[in-house]
Amino acid sequence: MTATLDTPRTTTRAKKAPARRELPTTAQVFDPAVPSPPSAAAHLSEAQVAELAKELDAIRAEVVANLGEKDAAYIRRIIKLQRGLEIGGRGALLFSLLPPAWIAGTAALTAAKILDNMELGHNILHGQWDWMRDEKIHSTTWEWDHASPSASWQKSHNYEHHTFTNVRGKDRDLGYAIMRITPEQEWKPADLIQPLTNVVLSLIFEWGIAIYDVELEKVQAGIKPWDEAKAELMTLWRKARKQLAKDYILFPLLSGPGFVPTALANLTANTLRNVWSHAVIFCGHFPDGTETFDEDRLEGETQGQWYVRQMLGSANLTGGKLFHLMTGNLSHQIEHHLFPDVPSNHYARIAPKVQEICERYGLPYTAGSLPKQYSKVVRKIVRLAFPGGA
Amino acid sequence: MGVLSSIGQLARDAAARFTQPLLPDDLLGTLNPLWSTTQPHARVVGLHRETADTTTLLLRPGVRRPVHRAGQFVGVGVQVNGVWQWRTYSVTSRPGDEHLAVTVTAVPGGAVSGLLAHRTPVGALVRIGPPAGEFVLPEPTPEKLLFLAAGSGITPIMGMLRELHSTRPETLDGAVVVHCDRTPADLVFGLELRAMAASTGMRLVERHTALEGRLTGDALTDDVPDWTARQAWACGPAGLLDALTEQWDRHGDPDALHIERFTPPTLAADGATGGRVAFTTSGIDADAAPGEPLMAAGEAAGALLPSGCRMGICHTCVGTLRSGAVRDLRTGDLYDTPGESVRTCVSGAAGDVEIEL
Repeated sequence: MTATLDTPRTTTRAKKAPARRELPTTAQVFDPAVPSPPSAAAHLSEAQVAELAKELDAIRAEVVANLGEKDAAYIRRIIKLQRGLEIGGRGALLFSLLPPAWIAGTAALTAAKILDNMELGHNILHGQWDWMRDEKIHSTTWEWDHASPSASWQKSHNYEHHTFTNVRGKDRDLGYAIMRITPEQEWKPADLIQPLTNVVLSLIFEWGIAIYDVELEKVQAGIKPWDEAKAELMTLWRKARKQLAKDYILFPLLSGPGFVPTALANLTANTLRNVWSHAVIFCGHFPDGTETFDEDRLEGETQGQWYVRQMLGSANLTGGKLFHLMTGNLSHQIEHHLFPDVPSNHYARIAPKVQEICERYGLPYTAGSLPKQYSKVVRKIVRLAFPGGA
Repeated sequence: MGVLSSIGQLARDAAARFTQPLLPDDLLGTLNPLWSTTQPHARVVGLHRETADTTTLLLRPGVRRPVHRAGQFVGVGVQVNGVWQWRTYSVTSRPGDEHLAVTVTAVPGGAVSGLLAHRTPVGALVRIGPPAGEFVLPEPTPEKLLFLAAGSGITPIMGMLRELHSTRPETLDGAVVVHCDRTPADLVFGLELRAMAASTGMRLVERHTALEGRLTGDALTDDVPDWTARQAWACGPAGLLDALTEQWDRHGDPDALHIERFTPPTLAADGATGGRVAFTTSGIDADAAPGEPLMAAGEAAGALLPSGCRMGICHTCVGTLRSGAVRDLRTGDLYDTPGESVRTCVSGAAGDVEIEL
């Protein structure tokens, strides 16, 4: 087997490593006076953590060694399914004046956009399928149906979020720079509106992510030069305008008298995709039971400690096969964070092994249904809109 | 044509606005790989078992049909355990033939050649790279021709012979073909060559090496006394080609010998100390061990690099050297001029290197 994958620590490489900032910092302010609860891994000795790393390495090695034809067929099948749904959906919407065509077309297009962003885009951009050496299905060439250009996404997500997962002051995904999601973060009056912010963000999530990648809060805090942000905004605009033209001008025009219904159908599909991906993604690291970490922890962090941080900082969603597919297997957030570049179709199979390891080492393995987990996230967002909450 | 092609380009650009961020070609290729122009495919429509270990695959290319010259090779890509693997094979069909033929000999332990020669059914899809290679006949066709082949080295020569036989059979009158293999049963294209010889006046010298030994300079002089008066095309194992090169250097006109090497060169690590290789386009860094080709190091680090023959023939894999030095692992030559093109498949790092790929 010639498949080669990097080790977990190095696969979080960015396509363009940040030139001036070796370690990214967020613009959030943390109050050192707020006590953090003791870590659920406090009872583990160094030797135990090293042993746990070996066990997880073995799981990864087993998957990588057996990657083959079946896996290649899997990703091609999903690509075919996604493109089929998109062609079918947009085809039906040419007749969007007919209500059944509008409903079927919108449903197919929504499913296509969700598959494109989640099971395909997110996972391919992680390099999960690079081992096939297919220049069309590769982290360096893939582009997705999303406002954010894939290269910007890879830097903020693959590198920053996956390397510094849940480290306060390092992982911007903790609250996405606009919300107070940990009690250690200093409260400010603007946080009062965050329940509303969350609803709005959910509806426009695609654009939230695209703008988020430009790190405007760092420009405001003086950590990032405006010129750099401006250049990134231009890159974003060059892609985003094509996305906008496609969904809101070109395909509506093709529908002739159905211009408005088609534009509304595309808006509906984009919005449903936004709401769905927002819910799934917010359940990955914010529900009760997930831990956040102090920056000091990064000092000399071993592979085993990195694994422990990924497990304690992530939470899974429970559901059936179709549910897992439509979440892009982010329902296996814990497995994904342990092995971000292992093909997503293997997460379900290795999940029981990871859970068993957690049980044996006395570590929590947070999992629950989407409604249950999402309500915990909303409860936290509402509570932390007000001071305190530790 | 100019108007038509610019209309075509406009149509493609317009379609791309509807398919973006994908290309229309991506969707066509998903519906049917044969419709892809960016990843050209071909369907296997026929198989000829030439010998026990050699098979000719007849390929029907998709919309993008490669146009080759007789004697050239094409890249053939197949998936082995889900991973695309590429090898180059001589085209044995004529440029004008309906199907593109490649003739593959299974190499012991060869994952790709074994798959193509023995386990590829009719109906299978393979990928096809652009034809390349300098092992072709000049215009006009030289008067006195000599072809020397051993084993599967007959394949590019067969492409030439079929083209000549079909378009200018008179040029084969008086031509000599020396074809070496272990036994008569191993001789690829034996029947067709014998028939060709009978109909054109071409002389076929079959050398069965199990009985008569390998072709040497002396044996050549016995078989083809006037070899120095001929333009010669030779293809076969490295040992034979080395011996022939020496023979022409010593006793003939070196410019009259044209050779095609189809065996992986021996790579030596001398002076290729290894180092850190930065692929500047993809932003991926790789550590190259002493004597390890840049391509192998890059692929191990997850880089997507252009690749073709993987033996320094086809120039598919060239990248521009930006800084540092590389050494040709076959010859030991050092390349250290920024801006120079280097073949990543046969170049090793001599210290830290930056390459535009």
